[in-house]
Amino acid sequence: MELLQQVVQQLINGISLGSIYALIALGYTMIYGIIKLINFAHGDIYMVGAYIGFFAITQGGFSVVPALLISLVTTGLLGMLVERIAYRPLRKAPRISVLITAIGVSFFIEYTSMYFVSPTPRTFPQMFGDVAVSIGGIVINGQQMLILGITAVLMVLLTYIVQKTKTGKAMRAASFDTETAELMGINSDRIISITFGIGSALAAVAGVLVGIYYNSIDPLMGIMPGLKAFVAAVLGGIGILPGAVVGGLILGVVEALVSGFVSSTFRDAAAFAILILVLLVRPAGLFGKNTKEKV
Amino acid sequence: MADAKKKEPMLAIDGIDVFYGAIHALKGVSLTVNEGEIVTLIGANGAGKSTTLRTISGLLAPKKGSVRFLGKDIAGMKAHKVVAEGISQVPEGRRIFAEMTVMENLDLGAFIRKDRDGIEKDRKMVFERFPRLLERKDQLAGTLSGGEQQMLAMGRALMSRPKLLLLDEPSMGLAPLLIREIFEIIQDINRAGTTVLLVEQNANMALSIANRAYVLETGRITLSGSAKELAASDEVRKAYLGG
Repeated sequence: MELLQQVVQQLINGISLGSIYALIALGYTMIYGIIKLINFAHGDIYMVGAYIGFFAITQGGFSVVPALLISLVTTGLLGMLVERIAYRPLRKAPRISVLITAIGVSFFIEYTSMYFVSPTPRTFPQMFGDVAVSIGGIVINGQQMLILGITAVLMVLLTYIVQKTKTGKAMRAASFDTETAELMGINSDRIISITFGIGSALAAVAGVLVGIYYNSIDPLMGIMPGLKAFVAAVLGGIGILPGAVVGGLILGVVEALVSGFVSSTFRDAAAFAILILVLLVRPAGLFGKNTKEKV
Repeated sequence: MADAKKKEPMLAIDGIDVFYGAIHALKGVSLTVNEGEIVTLIGANGAGKSTTLRTISGLLAPKKGSVRFLGKDIAGMKAHKVVAEGISQVPEGRRIFAEMTVMENLDLGAFIRKDRDGIEKDRKMVFERFPRLLERKDQLAGTLSGGEQQMLAMGRALMSRPKLLLLDEPSMGLAPLLIREIFEIIQDINRAGTTVLLVEQNANMALSIANRAYVLETGRITLSGSAKELAASDEVRKAYLGG
């Protein structure tokens, strides 16, 4: 009974953490889907989102939801700006040039942020700490409820946008075949820009939520979650939206179980062990079809 | 047939040079399409037929020369803007959105339009023309047969209500009976008022429905004339019609 309780508790912790990975992984996978770029700067966008949320709360005096919205919009615009300045001029360049540029953008954002907000970690104000629901010894705290609730809302919203709206259809068309999408009258540059906007906005929300969950943010906080969200996206099948969500949740749960039952030292190792395993056993990911590269 | 009208042609390509990286794919190609015609561009694989269509639709930009459509220079215009001018292309290999439904493919064809009623009407028109698409409207496009995919690609292109329809190898990979059906539909579409520029390797079929034709050889137009003349010419018969 004791053990079962612990397992369930770790599952809840894992799903909370996994939701965060899923939010970041969605941006990774959307951007990869449309321009075949592993956007290594994505984790740093998430960090910027956390800082904007932090300043909105501490300096602006906003409560959580408005702070989330401010961060979501501002960071979304930042993502679009990065795409416009750094990636769009390379649209016809070899993929490796864009990849290297993404790494450059990543460093640029990290160290520019350090200059402006200092490398010292900031402490997020305590929020929802006193709210908690306990069912049979299993505790779900307020922060976890916030994470799960907001993630669920965003995923429903994203699914609606991608499946039902005209822009969503254009996004799917452009990520399947950009050239043919152009022939339909779809401005692929605009769609790519929107994709960066949405992906970055989701990462921003993840950033703020992590700030609230772990209380501490710093300019290099995006590196590890960025890598892990990448693992999550690959695990689910890169380019596939439900894959990113499932990949993120699996990763979160595995990490929680490993830190709960083995040792938190091996938490990160578990994530990368999963990556190696996926690449060995099922390189296209859980949801991926083992098809050839599109020509 | 194209009478020698004094009117300006609907599409006038004049001396275009197009490069694919370092490859000089089109060398001073000129051709015209008059309103209401079916014009075909025939030639061997790699002669530059698709390149010509891709230049018209804006996927490629010419280094030199002009592309005039309804009096407007559209050379180098972005592909997504060319559609709004009234040109729609059915690309080589159909290029349907395989992971989307037949309906969604058709909706994407009407992407530039905002007139819901008109779109609805045209969708009905497409389903009348291609009844098999109606049966499969909620199916993923990737599950359709080759012939059905060709029909979908054509239906999708018609959804933008083009004045000029560019068709790139509609017969590719299809059984003879199906090719006949597709070509009859092309004639129907033309009769309903859409001008057609048809690129084909199946010169026989193409010449049988076209008003005029051009022969493209390694990036240059080598012959042109009425489809009947070309079908009768020894040169064309030997090179493209199998004797």
